[in-house]
Amino acid sequence: MRDSIIQIEHLTKTFGTGSSAVHALEDISLDIRQGEIFGIIGLSGAGKSTLVRCMNLLERPTSGSITVGGQRLAWMEPDGGSEKLVTVSEKELRLARRDITMIFQSFNLLMQRTCLKNVCFPMELAGVSGAQARKRAEELLELVGLGDKANAYPAQLSGGQKQRVAIARALATNPKVLLCDEATSALDPTTTASILALLKDLNEKLGVTVVVITHQMSVIEEICSRVAILDGGVMAEQGNVQDIFSNPSTDAARRLVYPGGVRAEQVPASSRAVRISFNGGTVYQPLIASLAIDCGVKVNILGADTRSINGHAFGTMLLSLPEDPNDAAKALSYIRAQPNVTAEEVEYHG
Amino acid sequence: MGELFTVEFWDYFGPLLLAGTRDTLVMTVVSTVFAYLLGLPLGVLLVLTGDHGIRPHRTLNRCVGWVINVGRSLPFIILMVCVLPFTKLLVGTKLGVLGAIPPLVISAAPFIARMVESSLSEVDAGVVEAAQSMGASTLQLVWKVYLPEALPSLILGGSISIITILAYTAIAGAIGAGGLGDLAIRYGYQRREPAKMWVAAVLLIVLVQIVQTVFSRVSNRIDKRLK
Ligand SMILES: Nc1ncnc2c1ncn2[C@@H]1O[C@H](COP(=O)(O)OP(=O)(O)O)[C@@H](O)[C@H]1O
Ligand SMILES: [Mg+2]
Repeated sequence: MRDSIIQIEHLTKTFGTGSSAVHALEDISLDIRQGEIFGIIGLSGAGKSTLVRCMNLLERPTSGSITVGGQRLAWMEPDGGSEKLVTVSEKELRLARRDITMIFQSFNLLMQRTCLKNVCFPMELAGVSGAQARKRAEELLELVGLGDKANAYPAQLSGGQKQRVAIARALATNPKVLLCDEATSALDPTTTASILALLKDLNEKLGVTVVVITHQMSVIEEICSRVAILDGGVMAEQGNVQDIFSNPSTDAARRLVYPGGVRAEQVPASSRAVRISFNGGTVYQPLIASLAIDCGVKVNILGADTRSINGHAFGTMLLSLPEDPNDAAKALSYIRAQPNVTAEEVEYHG
Repeated sequence: MGELFTVEFWDYFGPLLLAGTRDTLVMTVVSTVFAYLLGLPLGVLLVLTGDHGIRPHRTLNRCVGWVINVGRSLPFIILMVCVLPFTKLLVGTKLGVLGAIPPLVISAAPFIARMVESSLSEVDAGVVEAAQSMGASTLQLVWKVYLPEALPSLILGGSISIITILAYTAIAGAIGAGGLGDLAIRYGYQRREPAKMWVAAVLLIVLVQIVQTVFSRVSNRIDKRLK
């Protein structure tokens, strides 16, 4: 078995106090191994982002301990009769953060800097000389397949390209761990697949441990070796991806693996249908999955004519709505709330 | 207004206009520089110590905010009179271009602090967080994230600040600061010579237009989000 790189013990995080307190994480323990691709999956609001932000102390835990690469970042110490949380000093934390970098759903590139300068940024922070940083940044852009975009600005790139720059930037300080918080959730399926392939490739080439946070089962299936399932701030299950997929033992896991409780083929076609138009947003396939995950409503795709142009989805798709009027209404309003999507109910005689 | 086309008019008024323009420009530029030296750090402080800032500090934030609000709620003409003793102490005179600069700075700095605050607040919180996750210190966040990312907006804010100060110089003219405003008031109001007033006013308008155009162009040109 490989050495552990991230150890989390009895981590809790509570936002607010008293009656308005939100228990975002409750008694989470995790052990992520060096060099693996570890997935953390859960529904929206399950506490995934909070958990991953605790790993680099962007979020200060309420209690528990966090150790990354052998260095304790946060731990409990006796304080009178009880215990209190102690963290490393700010200076140590800044150094530690070079070893545990992060990419985000919204890329978070510096918009006024070229790609090259974005990749140089963490090296500038670390005091690497300009020429040296430039050279390494060029190599990294080459590594993520954007050697020709060094002098482009982020606004000139597609979503997938932006995420590649963000990945190059995150690798600049030679981190031990790369945290990915919904890194592919804003991307279309083709781009998602290529970013996941890149992460896998980097994991193999550089040996960097990758922690993937997602609400999409497909992402876990694609690249993770082990997975933890978060459900309402509680660790529902963790283990090998195959074990959990073939035999989910908790409700939370079953809901994620078989959203809606039934497989797609078993959903009867109803006479209520909805036509969805995609007007250049970055999602279409994930919409169906997130519909299942976020509202627990399973819909059938009756027909689709969609195209992805530069990472943006265009076209229409016909979905059958569930028989249950409540579920149908829920699905409709969910679809209508999506950006760049319009939906109209239509008669369908299948 | 026929006199506008006579040699005598320009012989007499031309040199006055030149001197007035020079005085207005000197007051505006010098006051803007000093007002930014004060207002920029205050604006940064407001953003950093705000509830969602990277260094939240309620008391400090509220105190600075309060002082700024006081500075902003006093009309310029009253503030100018209030600080006369201080002006005398600082620059040795209450009059002329020099005497106008301290009240202009005191009155523009709080305004600028709020402009800077609003420009910096536009910087995407996600980008700031990403920089934090890479180990940026507070100072690095200010110099390498907040200020450069907000630069186009800061420059647009700069044009608004300069134009505001330009307008204030005209008011300062009323109590003997010189400049185009002084000319307009002296000739238009005290001597009832509207032609001279209009010429001075048109020059002020032209100055405002130039500042606005140049700053908007520069802001657009350097903003890499638009390309
Ligand atoms: N800064 C915060 N203040 C208060 N509540 C928060 C904050 N951040 C997250 N939460 C709450 O914590 C819970 C978990 O949120 P999050 O970790 O973002 O979930 P996920 O990433 O799985 O969607 C949610 O109920 C959310 O409302
Ligand atoms: Mg999240």
